[in-house]
Amino acid sequence: MEKVLTRNIHKENSQSIDVYLAGGGYEGLRKAVTSMSPGDVVEAVKKSGLRGRGGAGFPTGLKWSFMPKEKTKPHYLLCNADESEPGTFKDRLLMEQDPHMMIEGCMIGAYAMQADAVFVYIRGEFVHGTKVLDKAVAEAYEKSFAGKNICGSDWSCELVVHRGAGAYICGEETALMTSLEGERGYPRVKPPFPAQAGVWGMPTTINNVETLACVPDIIVRGADWFAGIGTDERNTGPKLYCLSGHVQRPGVYEAPMGLPLKELIYDLGGGMLHADRPLKACIPGGSSVPVLRAEECDVNLDFDSLAALKTGLGSAGIMVMDSSTCMVKALLRISHFYAHESCGQCTPCREGCGWMERILQRIEDGKGLQQDIDLLKNIADNIEGRTICALGDAAAWPVQSFVTKFRDEFQAHVDEQRCTVQGAAHA
Amino acid sequence: MSFGAEFEQRVDALVAKYPEPKAAMLMVLWEVQKDKGWIDPESEAWVAERLGTSPAQVHGVVSFYTMYKQKPMGRHHIQVCTTLSCMLRGSDELMDHLKGKLGIGEGEVTPDGKFSLCRVECLGSCGTAPMFQLNDEYHENLTLESVDRLLDGLD
Repeated sequence: MEKVLTRNIHKENSQSIDVYLAGGGYEGLRKAVTSMSPGDVVEAVKKSGLRGRGGAGFPTGLKWSFMPKEKTKPHYLLCNADESEPGTFKDRLLMEQDPHMMIEGCMIGAYAMQADAVFVYIRGEFVHGTKVLDKAVAEAYEKSFAGKNICGSDWSCELVVHRGAGAYICGEETALMTSLEGERGYPRVKPPFPAQAGVWGMPTTINNVETLACVPDIIVRGADWFAGIGTDERNTGPKLYCLSGHVQRPGVYEAPMGLPLKELIYDLGGGMLHADRPLKACIPGGSSVPVLRAEECDVNLDFDSLAALKTGLGSAGIMVMDSSTCMVKALLRISHFYAHESCGQCTPCREGCGWMERILQRIEDGKGLQQDIDLLKNIADNIEGRTICALGDAAAWPVQSFVTKFRDEFQAHVDEQRCTVQGAAHA
Repeated sequence: MSFGAEFEQRVDALVAKYPEPKAAMLMVLWEVQKDKGWIDPESEAWVAERLGTSPAQVHGVVSFYTMYKQKPMGRHHIQVCTTLSCMLRGSDELMDHLKGKLGIGEGEVTPDGKFSLCRVECLGSCGTAPMFQLNDEYHENLTLESVDRLLDGLD
């Protein structure tokens, strides 16, 4: 497939506005601002079938249409660049290598929703990406793609880079807003939805970096072109896949939505890391989504194909595990992550995540009790759906899927009081 | 206490970017950490006064986000990612090697103040695992040998 999102990243000085402009950059923004109404832009994005690339897969055009049409107060667009889902590293590539594509998408989105300002919330650890973005934003202001009278029109909109400081939860859209207001990153109850009352109580929309980077080409090449790429009308467009774990060539790969998982692992990724260690399991959408057993991996990587297997595309972080992987240890590491990152507001998540981690540590240490496996499932079931935000579900789904799909292995750990996986490394 | 006129100007420029002063909190705390190396209680009180909030509120923020240092750390601050993708590619061995080499545990600083070592969660560098962040810089596709070369060459 012709590269869309990554077409510039290998060019010399790919971060500079001159290189971006030479490749036709900012034509989408110019076209939107000078020849389309905000409503036309929203309709085009709706028609393209673009769904959010941050994890939830919500239709982007529909999300944009929730913003009030009549402006009675400031509107804000927040670009979620807080990429922190384990296994995900695509937004970092876009920001570090081709920041203007994302910035152009931000400004087109801002025009469509008549935003007064765009805040790009970038995770604190991405120091290099922040420097690249800061420079790109200054260039965009200089050329009137941000600030006053954008592209010579009478529309103005500020563009601000805001740096986070290390908290997974701030990638959750309502926590991101709370954090941007200068608070601890606590998620908020919905409703009210951000489009009604978001950051500073004003109508707000939050979109992921890759989602916004898709927008310029939708405007320039048309919604039908975008909708023609992918599996079907519900799973459209080019997509970035993050491949990590036990493969020969981990990295970010661009392919149409719906790339077969096995093609990613064995063709693009060069196959398994060790020839004598076959595929055992794969997490297809970042550590929050349920794991797949090897025999379930004949699936296409799109929202609906993975939903049919009761897992998800999430943020397209594909984590590959070979036969030497101890599933108890892998799940312990995942559960440690959620226990560490739970914001502490909701009791089921705050207490449950730590409890699950402690039980898994006990099993890993060879001190597991016979009732522990059912207890893990029970705790996870009592977190799921009982918290303000999706972090609770994200902590529950790996536990539910690991202990169900690899029950024998967990049982063997408890029975033998040790790991029985051939070749597994235990620290 | 005072940070000086140049620092005040930087803070003013940050505050001007937001509809409310308090929204500049994270960015102002970054400036404090850049100047002082960590965020002490006195600075928290200064930030509270400047942004129109309470020291308790500021401390709540500082203690929520893992990147704000609540005590001085080493000149070379090493943060090892140990989340799943890095674990699958050897981050545990990397961590053990660093502990042995530096003679310190997680969250500790070497007696000469040169190095500090922390275990952190996913840094978004899963395709180039194992890796760590050394101060602001990512170091990726690490081997025990490349780590030795890197650290032995630091002042």
